[in-house]
Amino acid sequence: MPDGSPPPLVSVQNLKMHFPIHAGLIRRRVGEVKAVDGVSFDIAEGETLGLVGESGCGKSTCGRAILRLYDPTEGEIRIDGTDIASLNHKDLRAKRPVMQMVFQDPQASLNPRMTVEAIIAEPLDEHTSMTTAEKREKVRELMDAVGLNRAFAGRYPHAFSGGQRQRIGIARALALNPKFIVCDEPIAALDVSIQAQVVNLLEDLQRQFGLTYLFISHDLSMVRHIATRVAVMYLGKIVEIAPREALYEAPKHPYTQALLSAVPEPDPAFRTARTILQGDVPSPANPPQGCNFCTRCPQVIDICHKTEPAMRELAPGQFAACHLYNETSDHAEAPEAQQEQLEVQ
Amino acid sequence: MADGAASRSDVILDVSGLKTVFRTRGGEVHAVNDVSFDLRPGELLGVVGESGSGKSVTMMSLLGLLPQPPAEIRAGTVMFGGQDLLKTPDRDLRHIRGARIGFVFQDPMTSLNPVFTVGYQLREPLRKHMGLSNKAAQDRAFELLELVGIPDARRRLSDYPHQFSGGMRQRVMIAIALACDPQILIADEPTTALDVTIQAQILDLMAELRERLKMAVIWITHDLGVIAGIADRVLVMYGGQVVEQAPVHELFTAPKHPYTQALLTTIPHIRGARADKLTVIEGQPPILSAAPAACSFAARCPVAFGRCKQENPPRFPVAPDHDAACFLLTEEPAHA
Repeated sequence: MPDGSPPPLVSVQNLKMHFPIHAGLIRRRVGEVKAVDGVSFDIAEGETLGLVGESGCGKSTCGRAILRLYDPTEGEIRIDGTDIASLNHKDLRAKRPVMQMVFQDPQASLNPRMTVEAIIAEPLDEHTSMTTAEKREKVRELMDAVGLNRAFAGRYPHAFSGGQRQRIGIARALALNPKFIVCDEPIAALDVSIQAQVVNLLEDLQRQFGLTYLFISHDLSMVRHIATRVAVMYLGKIVEIAPREALYEAPKHPYTQALLSAVPEPDPAFRTARTILQGDVPSPANPPQGCNFCTRCPQVIDICHKTEPAMRELAPGQFAACHLYNETSDHAEAPEAQQEQLEVQ
Repeated sequence: MADGAASRSDVILDVSGLKTVFRTRGGEVHAVNDVSFDLRPGELLGVVGESGSGKSVTMMSLLGLLPQPPAEIRAGTVMFGGQDLLKTPDRDLRHIRGARIGFVFQDPMTSLNPVFTVGYQLREPLRKHMGLSNKAAQDRAFELLELVGIPDARRRLSDYPHQFSGGMRQRVMIAIALACDPQILIADEPTTALDVTIQAQILDLMAELRERLKMAVIWITHDLGVIAGIADRVLVMYGGQVVEQAPVHELFTAPKHPYTQALLTTIPHIRGARADKLTVIEGQPPILSAAPAACSFAARCPVAFGRCKQENPPRFPVAPDHDAACFLLTEEPAHA
């Protein structure tokens, strides 16, 4: 995050989203699921930040909280100069056109009883005072922009394939000329040959309209393709955030290293030893003491069980939260991490 | 298309000319069209394809797991242990499925019964198909859970499926499939519902089990990365047909079918060079409302020519164990 440059379009500071757990006869509050627990990052205008992690790590919750689809427990979310987290409903509504979302499941996120035209025009109905003719024209422009045949404007979502439905969802998100779009696993439900079509479309639209994306995905290969910077989440926290090249070529956090090495490479020549993590992700209702990753980390040291590591900059723009890189701790540990990575490659 | 009669004795499962059709209110769906392949002892045969390519329906058909109607198996033979599974009566087939061919499905939560303990579900096939006593079945169940790497196995036998995590449930499924020492294990997208780090654990377990148990495996997936990591030989399916068969190294280094070639270039890589733009396969997969009269990939194929739209190409051999259904591979190259 270089200084001196224009302020980022999106700036998230210490975002927390805790969901209460109720139990017992009188539904007493007995604890909370810390789905997002102190997440901070910036996204510059025109940039794509990839947010990756395994299921349950809080990446989707994070994306939804940023758009105030949830009311965050704590934290500050500045989008285009306004603190979204503290806006009242009226002001928030006025701000909605700037920030939009593309959902994972185009089947579930499109109303089956509305025509494509009505779906894409709905944001226009809500937020603009366009005439019917203007809306009609705008819908057709949007359909052109996302590669849908104008002639199908009167059809219902079920008449379209998964990839085409996702295009409808994208057209709807674009209707109000947003600056910032959260893409929540937009290709996860699509077949491989269709994924590339949708990703290329998102990239073309970004260039055309100067969009800024938060691209949430569990597909590390696709994120490497689309993102300029990447944040890795584990159990509600960001463990590493770095420019794309640095993250994929020299990951610092042991979790990032393990995650990358677990991705099967479509090349039989790469049948090499992987770092295989033992066990499962702990419950976010009861995270371990110290570092969240200490229960599975192959390089865990004593301090990890006691103190939570702080984010520190380890290379230009590359931040990681790991005790192995403490200035005070034994420096012999860090090179070992590098060594393992080489072996994997 | 197992070439030559010489290799026949070396084949434990031989599927030939399988055709499966679904009759629906909207007309027929030709889900599997003339699929032939064989499986050899100890090998891992990968089957890749996108959704709707017919890979799961093929396996369900040959095990008699499809409800008929709406499904109808129109043609084909499935030779296993000297008998044709398609002509085997249900009762015998149930025994074969339980004891000699194991099956692991994609979603371990829906394929385990939530109201029985894991131990009960492990003992059931052992008592039914192997005639073990309760005590012996209990001991074997414990061994099996240990085998698939579930910690504290003895105690966990009395746990219910919901008490296990996704990865652990899939291990339980594998244990059940392996209960009666099957000759073949069919795994249908067994790691698709899992996270990458858990998928890596299961792939690792599978490699270890194959080493120990020497069984043949059919592994269905849409993930070419997984295939590259574990398969010996690969079938590529598209539009209900096998469009290419090849040893795994050849498939990735010298793919012959334009669909395989396109598929390999359309996926982004996690290592190595990064393309600025992804290669796209234009168009949509075919709708299988009739038996194919032309090459099912012709409409999306960058190198299709006249003949591709008039005839459905058979699989042409290109090397040992390597064939592809594409007219570009015919002896006399057609005037393109």
